[in-house]
Amino acid sequence: MLSIKNLHVRVDDKPILKGIDLDVKAGEVHAIMGPNGSGKSTLAHVLAGREGYEVTEGTVTYQGKDLLSLSAEQRAREGIFLGFQYPVEIPGVSNIYLLKAALNAIRKHRGEEELDAIDFLARVREKLKLVDMSEDLMYRSVNEGFSGGERKRNEILQMAVLEPRLALLDETDSGLDIDALKTVANGVNALRTPERAVVVVTHYQRLLNYVVPDVVHVLVQGRIAKSGDKGLAHELERRGYGWVESAARA
Amino acid sequence: MVNTETDPKHRYLQAARALNSQLPGHRAWIKALRERASARFDAVGFPTMRDEAWKYTNLASLVRQPFHAVSDATPLTREQLERLLPNAFDAFRLVFINGRYRPELSNPPHVDGREIARPLADALDRDAEALEPHLGQVVSIEAHPLAALNTAFLADGAYVSLPEGVALERPIHLIYVATADALAQPRALIVARSGSRATVVEQYVGIDESRYFTNAVTEVVLERGARVEHYRLQTESRLGFHVNGLHVRQHENSEFISQAIDLGGLLVRNDLYALLDAPGASCSLNGLYVADGRQHVDNHTYIAHAKPRCTSREFYKGVLDGRGRAVFNGRVVVQPDAQRTDAEQINNNLLLSEDAEIDTKPELEIYADDVKCSHGATVGQLDLDQLFYLRSRGVDDAQARDLLTFAFANDVLRRFRIAPLRAMLEHSITTRLLRGRKLRELELI
Repeated sequence: MLSIKNLHVRVDDKPILKGIDLDVKAGEVHAIMGPNGSGKSTLAHVLAGREGYEVTEGTVTYQGKDLLSLSAEQRAREGIFLGFQYPVEIPGVSNIYLLKAALNAIRKHRGEEELDAIDFLARVREKLKLVDMSEDLMYRSVNEGFSGGERKRNEILQMAVLEPRLALLDETDSGLDIDALKTVANGVNALRTPERAVVVVTHYQRLLNYVVPDVVHVLVQGRIAKSGDKGLAHELERRGYGWVESAARA
Repeated sequence: MVNTETDPKHRYLQAARALNSQLPGHRAWIKALRERASARFDAVGFPTMRDEAWKYTNLASLVRQPFHAVSDATPLTREQLERLLPNAFDAFRLVFINGRYRPELSNPPHVDGREIARPLADALDRDAEALEPHLGQVVSIEAHPLAALNTAFLADGAYVSLPEGVALERPIHLIYVATADALAQPRALIVARSGSRATVVEQYVGIDESRYFTNAVTEVVLERGARVEHYRLQTESRLGFHVNGLHVRQHENSEFISQAIDLGGLLVRNDLYALLDAPGASCSLNGLYVADGRQHVDNHTYIAHAKPRCTSREFYKGVLDGRGRAVFNGRVVVQPDAQRTDAEQINNNLLLSEDAEIDTKPELEIYADDVKCSHGATVGQLDLDQLFYLRSRGVDDAQARDLLTFAFANDVLRRFRIAPLRAMLEHSITTRLLRGRKLRELELI
C-alpha cells in the first residue's frame, strides 16, 4: 500500500529525514517510535502533504501512485488521513460542517453519491458512540474550547466517519488519560480490516498495549535504526531509546 | 474669501435656516437646540485629516459633492421597498425616506393602545416634554461636527419609547432609505424605561446604485435594568457616503448590545459612544466590516466607564479585499470612579489582497486602580494551520480558503439572535467575499 524509499527531507535547510525506507502493506499496523526530534512527526506530515517540507531525495509510492506529486487534499481523497498531535481550533466552522464537506469531497472523488442529510447524520451518530462523544459537540466550532482529550476523540471521530485506507496517527496518545486512551484505541481497532493500514507515531509504548502493532520501527536521527515485532516496543519501554541510539551511531 | 454660494458648509447651513420655520416643534428648546447646532457647525465645519479623530478618513470627496437637503416626498412603492430588503424578517417597521417618516410603508408597534415607536416629527409637536431630557443630550454636538449638522436640520426620525417593564418580542426595524443626490439625515431617539427590553434594528439602504450622503444620529438611553439589543445594518449603495453617530447612555444594571455591520457605502464613518453611567451597567459591542473595491470604512468607538462595577466587551472584525481600506479606533476610558471595571476589547482583521489596508488602534486609558482590562488587535492573512487542517480532510484549497474567510466573518454573525437576519447577512457575506461561490453545506453551520 505504502512504499517509502530512501526519503530525505529538509525543513528550513536543515536535514530532518535522512533516508527512510518503509513498506506498509494493507491490513498491517505499524508503530513508529523514537526519541523527541528524531523526525517522527515530520514523516507523518510529509506523507499527509504539508507544505514547508523539502523532499531532496527518494520516492513515496501509495497504491501505485507517486504520492509526493499529490496535493494534501488529493491525498485525503485517495484515502490518507492524518490524526494531528495538536488539532487546531477553527472558530466559525462547525464540526458537522467540516465532516460533511470532507466526506462529500472524498465520496465525490470515488465516484460515489453524496450522502443525504439523514444518512449522513445516522453515520455520524453511530461513530459518536464509538468515541463516546456527545452530539452537541458537533454543532460547535471545530475544536473550539475543546479539552485536549476532546480534541483527540474528535480526530478519531473524523477518522471513523471518513474511513481512510491509510491512517497516520501523530502522537494521538499524548496527553490522554487511560479512559481516553482506551477510547482512542477502540476507534483505531475498529478501523482495522484487511484492506486498511494504520501507522501510529508515538513516543511511548502505552498506546501499543491497546493497539497491537504488526511491526515496530525505531526512528533515530532521521533514519529507521531498528525494526521488529511488538516485542521491540516492550523492550524500548524497559530499556529506553539510548541503546538503539548508541547502536545507530556505531 | 469664502464664496457662500458654493462653499458646502454655508450651502447646508443656508438650507437649514430656510427650512427652520417649517420644521416641527414649537418649543423654544427645540429651536435653541437647532440654532446651537447650526452655530457649532458654522464654527467648525467639516472635519479634516488635521483633526486627530479624522486622521485616516478624508471627507474632501464628500464635501465637494452638491448634495441636497430634500424635504419633498420622494415616491417609493411597497414593491420597490421590498426589493431593497431581500430576506426581510418579521418585525414592526418604520420606514423613512431621506429622513422623513412614511406612514404608508410602516407598521409601528403599539402597547396598550400607545404607539411605542413613532415619527419624531409627531413627538416634537405633541410630546416635547418627554423628548427634552434626552434629545440632543446624549450626543455631544461639540465633539461631533457632523452630529451638529444633523441636529441643525432636526425635524423627523424615529422615537422609540419603551414603557417601564415592557418586553417587546418582535424587533423594531427602522429602515432609512436615501435617494440619489440627497443629504439624508436620519435621526433616532430610543428611550428604554426601567426594566424594558427590546430589539431595535436600524438599517440604511439606498435606491439603486446612487450617490448620496446619509448623515445619521441615534441616541439611546437605557434606564435601570433595561436591555436593548441594537443592530446597525449599513447596507448603503456602493457609491453612498455614510456618517453615523450612535450615542448611548446607560443607567444602573442596564445592558446594551450593539451588533454593527458595514457592507455598503463608498466612504463610511461610524462613531459609537457608550457611556456606562451607573454601577452594574454592561455593554457588548460586536462589529463586522467588509470593504473591497475602493471602499473606505472607519469605525471609531468610545466606551466610557464612569462608575464602578461596569462591564464592557468589544469584538470587531474586518475583512478587506481589493483596495478596500478600514480604520478601527477603539478607545476604552476607565474614569477614576470606575473601580472594579471589567473591560475587554478585540479587533481582528483579515486582509485578502496586497492592496487592502487597515489602520487599527486600540486605546486603553485607565484612571482607576482596581480594574480588569485587556485589549488586542491582529492583522493577517488566512491561518496556514487551519488551511492545512481542512485540506488534510479532503477540502480543496479554494473551498478551504472560502470556508475560512466566511468563518472569520461568521464569528461575528453567529452572535446575532434574529435568525432570518443572520441568514440574510450570511448570504450577503458569501456573495461579497466569495464572489458568489457557494458554500454548499452552509445550512449546517
